Parts: sequence; C-alpha cells; structure tokens
Amino acid sequence: MKYERELKKAFSTSIPVMMGYTVLGFAFGLLLVSFNYDWYIAPLMSLFIYAGALQFVAIGFFNAKVGLVDIAIASWFINIRQSFYGLSLLKRFKKTGSFKNYLIFGLTDETYALLTTIKDDKQLSKKHYYVFLTALNQSYWFIGSTLGALVGTGLSFNTEGLEFSLTALFVVLCIEQYKNLQNIMPFLIGLIASICALILVPSDKMLISSIGISLILLFLFKKKIENELR
Amino acid sequence: MNNYEIYLAIAVMSVVNYLTRVFPFIFFRKHEPPKFVVYIETYFPPVIMTILILYTLKDIDFSNAPYGLKEILGVVFTAFLHLWLKNYLVSIFSGTIFYMILVQYFV
Repeated sequence: MKYERELKKAFSTSIPVMMGYTVLGFAFGLLLVSFNYDWYIAPLMSLFIYAGALQFVAIGFFNAKVGLVDIAIASWFINIRQSFYGLSLLKRFKKTGSFKNYLIFGLTDETYALLTTIKDDKQLSKKHYYVFLTALNQSYWFIGSTLGALVGTGLSFNTEGLEFSLTALFVVLCIEQYKNLQNIMPFLIGLIASICALILVPSDKMLISSIGISLILLFLFKKKIENELR
Repeated sequence: MNNYEIYLAIAVMSVVNYLTRVFPFIFFRKHEPPKFVVYIETYFPPVIMTILILYTLKDIDFSNAPYGLKEILGVVFTAFLHLWLKNYLVSIFSGTIFYMILVQYFV
C-alpha cells in the first residue's frame, strides 16, 4: 500500500483513544437502545454527528421531544469548547487540500489532543497521516456504539439507572475542567443558573434557560471572575 | 420522538456540530478573535459541564423522600473515584453500576 507507513504510525498513535472510544461508544449504544430506539440510530449518529457528550445528551432530546431550534442552540453551547480547537491547527491544516473538511469534522477532544501533541515527522505525508488518525478514531467510536446498540437490543437485563452514565460522564468532565482552570466561579455560575432554571421554567426548557442565565451572569461578574486567583 | 423526527434532529446536530468545529477556520483565519470571544471560550466550558450535571438530574424529585439522595450519593461516589484513581473509564463505569445497584436493589 502506498501510505502504509502513515497508516502504521497513525494506528500506534491512536491506541490510547481506541480503548476509551470503544468502551464509551459501547455505553452510548447500550443507553440509546435501552429507551427502545432502533439500533441503527447509533451508527447513524456516530457517522454524522460524531461528538461524545452531544450524542449522549441527544438521547435526552429524543426522550423529551425537544424542538429543533432548541436542539441547535443547545448543541452549539455544549460543543463551544470545540469552536476554538481550530485556532491552533490553522497552519497544520493549510495544505491538506480535499481532506480538510473531514479533518475539521473529526476534531473531537481526543483527536485534537493527539494532533497537537505529536511531533511532526518530515518523512511522513502529513495530510495522509492526519486523515488516517482522524478516521481511525472515528471508526473506534462507530464500532463501539454500533456494538453497544446491537448487544443492548439482544439482551434483556434490567437497565434501570443506566442513564446515570451520562451524569457520571459530566461529573468527570467537570473535575477535569476544574483541574485546568483552578477557578471556582464558573462552576458556581453554572450551579446557580441551573437551580434558577429548575425552579422557574418547565423541565423541557431547563437546558436552554440555564445557558441564557449563565451567559448573563458570566458578563455581569466578568471582572470578579477574571480576578479570581488562578 | 419517532424515527422521522429523530432523523431531523440528527441532521440539525450534525450541521451545528460541524459549524462549531469549522468556526475558527472561517472567522479567525486572518485576525485574532475578539476579547469577549476568548472570555467565553475560557469560562463557558466549566459552566456548561455543571449545567449538564443538573440537566441530567432535572426529573429527580428533590422535595420528597428520598430527596434525591441516591443521585447525590452517585455523584459523590463518581467524583471520589475520579479524584482517587484519575481514570475516567473506571469512574464512569463504577459510578453507573453503583447507582444502578442503588435504584434496583434499594427502595
């Protein structure tokens, strides 16, 4: 094969992600079909959306029959951290030609981390290496979620409480965020905004209202937040 | 949702997700992002993560017994495991199994 070296290097780099994506993808597929959705919804989502946290939250959107506009706004804010990944990759992606769109589409947290931390090897064709790495990562997520959905459809065990995997995922992500930021203010704002929204609005508008309230709070307390000891 | 509504929702999420990722390639190719954008970028992710924790618990009744105690225990257990072992797969899986045991075997 013409680009065998690139594929081999991409594969060895992607191994840490393989474990995480297959297992988490499996959990996603299992959770999705536990609400009696068809198994093929899982691979469809992993193929076209390809975003971990958003796909998990989407199950909640399906259950609550959330409107499309609300889904669009909530998705944007859930993924807002990814809106800035590209900044550090502008140069790297410049000469990737027709692959560029796929590379941008595949910029998950983990793929971004691999792409920015690896050392460049002059002998490798970079764009092929990037594409293999991105595609391998997506294939792990795709395979994991498809298997989870298929296994979940075949099995009939008591899945009550399985939805907590989503809560646990966000607890873990929250702790990781705190380690990076070392500033308690944004977490307090998120907490206050959610509690207000829980009390004031019906639960199907809770996410979108919390986002609105927290944005207002973020700008009201901008000085205090930025001056907080880091 | 029925399958048709789900396909529409998937289409919307696919487009928005791609737009969030392509955003800097369109807008910041030539100039630096404005200050308020950098501010949101730095401080909004922790805000949304906190909101999402409560969002996943929005249908829990905290005003009647058992006052959301199982959920609180589940969150504390998951956080404890994660601070201790620092392995996100272990934390998520053990936390979920812990919670499933709580809701399935303890009334």
